[in-house]
Amino acid sequence: MSENKEINLDNENKNNSDIISPKHLRHFLDIENLPKSLILDILDLAESFAGVSGQPVKKVPLLRGKTIVNLFFEASTRTRTTFELAAKRLSADVLNLNLDFSATKKGETLLDTLRNLEAMHCDMFIVRHPSSGAAEFISKNVSPNISIINAGDGRHAHPTQAMLDIFTIRKYFPDFKKIKVAIVGDILHSRVARSLMHALRILEVPDIRVIGPKTLLPVGVEDMGVTPYVDMDKGIKDCNVVIMLRLQTERMNSSFIPDEHEYYNLYGFSPKRLDLISKNGIVMHPGPVNRGVEISSEVADGNRSVILQQVSNGIAVRMAILSLSMQP
Amino acid sequence: MKYSKDQTQALLQKIENSLKDYLLKNNIQNPLIIGVHTGGAWIADLLQKNLGYKGKAASLNISFYRDDFSKVGVNPKVEPTEMPISVDDKHVILVDDVLYTGRTTRAAINEIFDFGRPHSVTLVVLVERNGNELPISADIFGEKLELDNDKNIKLLGPDPMILEVVDKDS
Repeated sequence: MSENKEINLDNENKNNSDIISPKHLRHFLDIENLPKSLILDILDLAESFAGVSGQPVKKVPLLRGKTIVNLFFEASTRTRTTFELAAKRLSADVLNLNLDFSATKKGETLLDTLRNLEAMHCDMFIVRHPSSGAAEFISKNVSPNISIINAGDGRHAHPTQAMLDIFTIRKYFPDFKKIKVAIVGDILHSRVARSLMHALRILEVPDIRVIGPKTLLPVGVEDMGVTPYVDMDKGIKDCNVVIMLRLQTERMNSSFIPDEHEYYNLYGFSPKRLDLISKNGIVMHPGPVNRGVEISSEVADGNRSVILQQVSNGIAVRMAILSLSMQP
Repeated sequence: MKYSKDQTQALLQKIENSLKDYLLKNNIQNPLIIGVHTGGAWIADLLQKNLGYKGKAASLNISFYRDDFSKVGVNPKVEPTEMPISVDDKHVILVDDVLYTGRTTRAAINEIFDFGRPHSVTLVVLVERNGNELPISADIFGEKLELDNDKNIKLLGPDPMILEVVDKDS
């Protein structure tokens, strides 16, 4: 894609430009640098927004008159629709731009697209992009009154997914300091895993495990405060929360795994593996689910699975993040 | 300046008596009592109990309906709205501790209508002070109060409930 060339991936120079004060979001690009108090504020606010979806009129007028643009350079159903619903339930106007098929195909550069949207007086861009660092790049190149929300950038981060995951975890396990959490699968390519590891670390989860074949575990992952396992049965033992990741075949450019059948045997969540996790343990998956590859249908649809609750919670959590980023 | 516990209690008793008379006079059998967080919800629970209705009163958090979001934003620490039954065709008794500018009441009425179409809405407040900015006044009140512009009156509680006049900056 032409816009990829413009993006300078200077993640080295990360600073805290996405928050103005400990109580105040400016952009929402990454979890890595957020204070714990702000993460908890987002969860608390999301708790209040959860009730809105149960009202006969599923709307509150908080962001009336604001215009929010879903700027998606990469396919997405769940994330885009839950962002759209979140914005609409806050009474904002929403514009969905699928730039994979739009002006960028005609040769317009990313910056030109941004200038045009700014000229339409939009207030917020929700950005998904295949390149790591894209959301941050955009945040540095838009006018100061526009907030940027990262809805997934390459392998780098997917902070709103991590927020809805920890929101879901807190529903079952209110004390983060007492739980064991395992993330299983394609850790290497997963922006969800990266954001989750940061979130769990900031929330002081004492035992964070990442499980997968050596080829899909990033080198030096221990430095993020997690324990790597190649043996799934050992890794998920007694865990309260097991988060299964999607095998991202589209991001794999060489053979990382033998074949899907063998992958399922080694790392798939089969019904008998439920016996290994804690008695009240839950199984999560950010979707879309490859049934029979990383998780069996029996587990995905079973009573320990909270996969659909994750989707519902995604709306409330995104409402919280949108409104906190729109604060004066 | 603090009201004494007894002074506050007397005002609470006054609105309770007035509400009983009002319900009787208007032949209202099963009103839906709704309190505005935080002070209004305490008073609503008390009225619910003293009028002999079961359970807790409904409560509203009007944070998401305020008209000053673009000035002050939203406070993440907000108690959720609790609306256990439908408001459709109900006689709603909307309870707040203080009626001041009227903006909270405006927001509360908007929120109630997002839950359905009530038959009527009656506003009950402990104190109605000067400074109204909207055409909203209380149907039932404990007392009317003239305060300087730099003063606020707030309700401490829930047990016991005590009214206090404080400087706005504090």
